Amino acid sequence: MSLKNFTFAQICQMIIVPAFFDTLKMLLISGILSTVFGFVFGVILTVTEKGGLYENVVVNRILDFIVNTIRSFPFIILMVSIIPFTRLIVGSSIGDTAALVPLTVACTPFMARIFQNSFKEVDPALIEAAQSFGASKWQIVFKVMLKESVPSIISGLCLAIINLLGATAMAGAVGAGGLGAVALTYGYQNFNQEIMYSICVILIILVAIIQYFGDWIYKKLK
Amino acid sequence: MIEIKNLKKVWEDDGTSVLEDINLTIEDGDIYALVGRSGAGKSTLLRCINGLTSYQGGSLTVDGCEIKNLKDKELREFRRRVGMIFQHFSLLERETVYQNIALPMQCWKYSKEETDKKVKELLELVGLNDKMNAKPRNLSGGQKQRVAIARALTMEPKILLCDEATSALDPKTTNSILELLLEINQKIGITIVIVTHQMEVVRKACNKACILEQGRIADEGTVRDIFIKQPLSLRRLLGEEEIRLPKQGHNIQIAHMVNDIRDGELFGKMSKELDYVFPILDGKIQEYQGDSMGIFVINVDDDHLEVVTQYLDERKINWREMREGMNEKEGETAPCH
Ligand SMILES: Nc1ncnc2c1ncn2[C@@H]1O[C@H](COP(=O)(O)OP(=O)(O)O)[C@@H](O)[C@H]1O
Ligand SMILES: [Mg+2]
Repeated sequence: MSLKNFTFAQICQMIIVPAFFDTLKMLLISGILSTVFGFVFGVILTVTEKGGLYENVVVNRILDFIVNTIRSFPFIILMVSIIPFTRLIVGSSIGDTAALVPLTVACTPFMARIFQNSFKEVDPALIEAAQSFGASKWQIVFKVMLKESVPSIISGLCLAIINLLGATAMAGAVGAGGLGAVALTYGYQNFNQEIMYSICVILIILVAIIQYFGDWIYKKLK
Repeated sequence: MIEIKNLKKVWEDDGTSVLEDINLTIEDGDIYALVGRSGAGKSTLLRCINGLTSYQGGSLTVDGCEIKNLKDKELREFRRRVGMIFQHFSLLERETVYQNIALPMQCWKYSKEETDKKVKELLELVGLNDKMNAKPRNLSGGQKQRVAIARALTMEPKILLCDEATSALDPKTTNSILELLLEINQKIGITIVIVTHQMEVVRKACNKACILEQGRIADEGTVRDIFIKQPLSLRRLLGEEEIRLPKQGHNIQIAHMVNDIRDGELFGKMSKELDYVFPILDGKIQEYQGDSMGIFVINVDDDHLEVVTQYLDERKINWREMREGMNEKEGETAPCH
């Protein structure tokens, strides 16, 4: 397809805007999924730790190992290597929906560590105080640990989402849509610098917005 | 009533013993001090009382209930009746004063109205009505401890455990917190167990005390007795004061209550009756919950040592000879084991 006959505004409308929304969709869905899973794993990692509320060394070791292993994969290799798993879950290995699986898998361990580290910062004396008035273990997790570490979690999440944005662009290389795919097809393969640099600008702005928003919430909550 | 018999605790990881052979009884309404150097095992003993830590031997019962037999749910129920406050206040930094105090009641699913009523009542008691919506970071140390006290009282506990509750506070604030604790003790008859390394706190607030040394009880009894008898463990805790003692003669330290103005006549009378004039090297009077206790040091020469100590012993006045090191000769009433 030749783009010579179109104005930049038309190109924007035809290609860049839909791609932007594809990216946003991927970011949002995999972001939410990995936050939820990350929270669950982060809590498990925290409570099963030595001296934790549900001390369990075996579970802790195994989960720790899995998290470390997944995190040590570069995203592009992780994406390719879990294709069978992706197929199993969404029935296909290409497209936006398929990309959600590796995105979530890659981001979840990162999120788990963010939750775990934030929980770690909570003063153990606070947990002891809660125990002293008879709070249950789950009340301690939700009413004490989670509540106290919200600002630190927010700034961690912000970092993870920005990482995830980078990953969505990479997912474009294996058939997912979005800004990454467009930049690769039009910018790299067809040498259309206009499109490529517009996407760069959009990504920069997007990152800035996420960071700004994260900082704003952090300050608000702190 | 808290009854501790032959309690023993060792740390699971390395098998070192923290508490050994602990025997003590804390009666209802007592303000009981657990004192000792840091590392003596005070906090650990305190945590045995509300089951925050386990013990391996002996028994610890609160109103007849053996703590180590309590299972999860029972233990949580039990802890409702035992409040606790800490050295660094342990408040949720992101919550308001009100929310902090309400937290235990929320955990126990009290109704909003009930919680609100209780929280306001306690805010009144600790004198922080106007700080209801403040965050802990905007409060002074003393105010934070007041919030913690209010939080500990929400479930109307029978016992309040205080772990170095005044150690992070300046002397004036310490006094105001102690006054509050005394007030609570008198108003609602709550039993208070205070862990501290500050003898000032014991003197001002407690009626009974136990001195711990390396996980064992060194001395135990009423605060009045302990201060009068000045056992070795207490002197070790206070550290020998820096008065320059003369090398000649015998330096005798005398501790006695001076509540009556006539108690001040002791030295004058003694001097007259023994027909012997001696120098007084040091003297101070300490407040002890309305009572006053005098601690004096006199210097007696070799010839008069016998008659002076005999005079003191006859009147059951506590004395000890101060020497380098701790091997002193003591009066008959002195040891208080
Ligand atoms: N979790 C633990 N494992 C092993 N030893 C501990 C632990 N906690 C405290 N100790 C040791 O137990 C002793 C008593 O501690 P603690 O009760 O805190 O003393 P205190 O409150 O009188 O300062 C100390 O020697 C301390 O080092
Ligand atoms: Mg301690």
